[in-house]
Amino acid sequence: MGQVIRAEGLRKRFGETQALDGVDLEVAQGTVLGVLGPNGAGKTTAVRMLATLLRPDEGRAEICGFDVVREATRVRALIGLTGQYASLDEELTGRENLVMIGRLLDLPRAEARARAAGLLERFRLSDAANRAVKTFSGGMRRRLDIAASMINRPRVVFLDEPTTGLDPRARGEVWETIQELVRDGATVLLTTQYLEEADALADRIAVFDHGRVIADGTPAQLKARAGRQTLVVRASEVFRTEQLAAIVAELTGERPDVRAETGLVTAPVTDPGVLRAVVQRLDETDLVAAEVALRLPSLDEVFLSLTGHTTSTQTASEAAAAQQQLEGSVR
Amino acid sequence: MTTTTMAGTVADVLPPTRISARRTVRHSLTLAWRNIAQLRHSPEKLLDVTLMPLVFLTLFLYVFGGAVAGNTHAYLQQLLPGLVAQMAMFSTMGLGTALNEDLRKGVFDRFRSLPIARSAPLVGTVLGDTVRFLTVMVILTAAGTAMGFRFGSDPLRVLAGFGLVYVFYLAFSWISVMVGLLAPSPETVQGLAFLFVMPLTFGSSVFVADTSTMPGWLEAWTKVNPVSHLTDSLRALLVGGPVGNHVWFTLAWAIGIVTVTFPIAMVMYKRRA
Ligand SMILES: Nc1ncnc2c1ncn2[C@@H]1O[C@H](COP(=O)(O)OP(=O)(O)O)[C@@H](O)[C@H]1O
Ligand SMILES: [Mg+2]
Repeated sequence: MGQVIRAEGLRKRFGETQALDGVDLEVAQGTVLGVLGPNGAGKTTAVRMLATLLRPDEGRAEICGFDVVREATRVRALIGLTGQYASLDEELTGRENLVMIGRLLDLPRAEARARAAGLLERFRLSDAANRAVKTFSGGMRRRLDIAASMINRPRVVFLDEPTTGLDPRARGEVWETIQELVRDGATVLLTTQYLEEADALADRIAVFDHGRVIADGTPAQLKARAGRQTLVVRASEVFRTEQLAAIVAELTGERPDVRAETGLVTAPVTDPGVLRAVVQRLDETDLVAAEVALRLPSLDEVFLSLTGHTTSTQTASEAAAAQQQLEGSVR
Repeated sequence: MTTTTMAGTVADVLPPTRISARRTVRHSLTLAWRNIAQLRHSPEKLLDVTLMPLVFLTLFLYVFGGAVAGNTHAYLQQLLPGLVAQMAMFSTMGLGTALNEDLRKGVFDRFRSLPIARSAPLVGTVLGDTVRFLTVMVILTAAGTAMGFRFGSDPLRVLAGFGLVYVFYLAFSWISVMVGLLAPSPETVQGLAFLFVMPLTFGSSVFVADTSTMPGWLEAWTKVNPVSHLTDSLRALLVGGPVGNHVWFTLAWAIGIVTVTFPIAMVMYKRRA
């Protein structure tokens, strides 16, 4: 079977804001689409439309061949949604939340309990299962929210900024969770503001800006379009930073940026092979590195190369206003 | 749909497009259970409905008792059925506020994304709030009885009386739900709900069985006011005396209120998506 998620010309206007301005999307069975974009780009609006929570002004969308407006109930039976903000009952325990959703999905009581227990186990929440959700940490809440979207064993899973606001450890745990879903065969659409995240999890990436898809492709294609990566090296003995900088300059052919305080040496690179060369040279010169890495271009850099403007300069104030509006209004 | 996705998928049958009435009732009960579970975790939320009947009963009995009926004991027989009606109304007021707050939280997004009827979360909230109603009724009758109130009719009529007030309470809940959905913030819900509840409960026969001393316009209002009909039905059913048409007027009002407010509430709920 072909495309599990298919959207054509989705448009949505909120007062003055054109939140979506003609979005087309296709996601093939069993793959992960990463929707990447800054705040206010229209990611949440698109997800809410695909998940039947919001009607498009124009355009249409299908999930597994069912129209999200006319056959919303059918679509709801097939999807799992983890929204940008946790959709849990804070007063109930983790277990009660899952059992309640199971019952709403017409599972018999025993089956609802069993499935809740299974998911709590799988998402490493068994210990906290009988505590009120309001006592959960951000990462636990996220995992419970994802677990809640899994009770109907959905074919299609929507995750709206699943790791925003999480510390690195919690982020890692959520990533693992998502990778597990994919291994189990779900089709996933996830939104994120981090290129790194889309790169780690997605088969294809659609870059959103101002309610439009401004680029899409595999992570490799996008990175190639976004241009150069950055080499980051730091000597474990700070006094050898100068020597390190000389090596980096020689191998990359660029003048590296040297931070005296941290000893961090960075330089743009075009050929990822440079990393290997640097490691080899360090070895030869007996220079021990505390840190050697190739850093992906940031979302800002991707944007700059795709649109000619950065996310921060042109859209930061808009995004802040949008965020405020969003928080002020009822979702 | 013959593709296998996650282990043991939702069955390879077409998911249903419509949700049967039976499933909607079941979903509503599950959602009512949500409210009850919340109360079980924080019973202090019932503090207002626990104290309210005690305060009202004591205040009104001793402030008005002597003046209206000559002595407090005689007044209690009039007052208690009136307070049963009024407190039932008051106990719906928290519903709108809670719903308004709930809607800002994410959990309603979850309900919207599930294959359940749109009305189930609202119906569930109303049914779950029955706990507050029961609390008020139990405290009010227990305190009233302790202060000397005596049921003057047979148990069946008493039961019918409480049944009637529950039916009217459920209908009246939809006004609170509607206000909760219309109001921009939880704080405004309270104020708006008062606008409905005050004239209804005070401009009625709740505190005085004899309304002939009121100015003409007010007396006219008390005659149509459903709360008067409810109170008069309760006086007959709990204490004794002829019921007249009051029960039918009360039921007709209950149906009328639901017929108007339920569709408005549903439209508002859909709009707030
Ligand atoms: N309910 C709403 N009312 C008014 N404006 C909205 C609403 N939802 C979203 N918007 C606006 O639509 C734009 C896109 O928002 P959103 O889809 O939330 O973006 P993202 O999820 O990418 O941050 C923003 O400018 C936002 O302010
Ligand atoms: Mg968003």
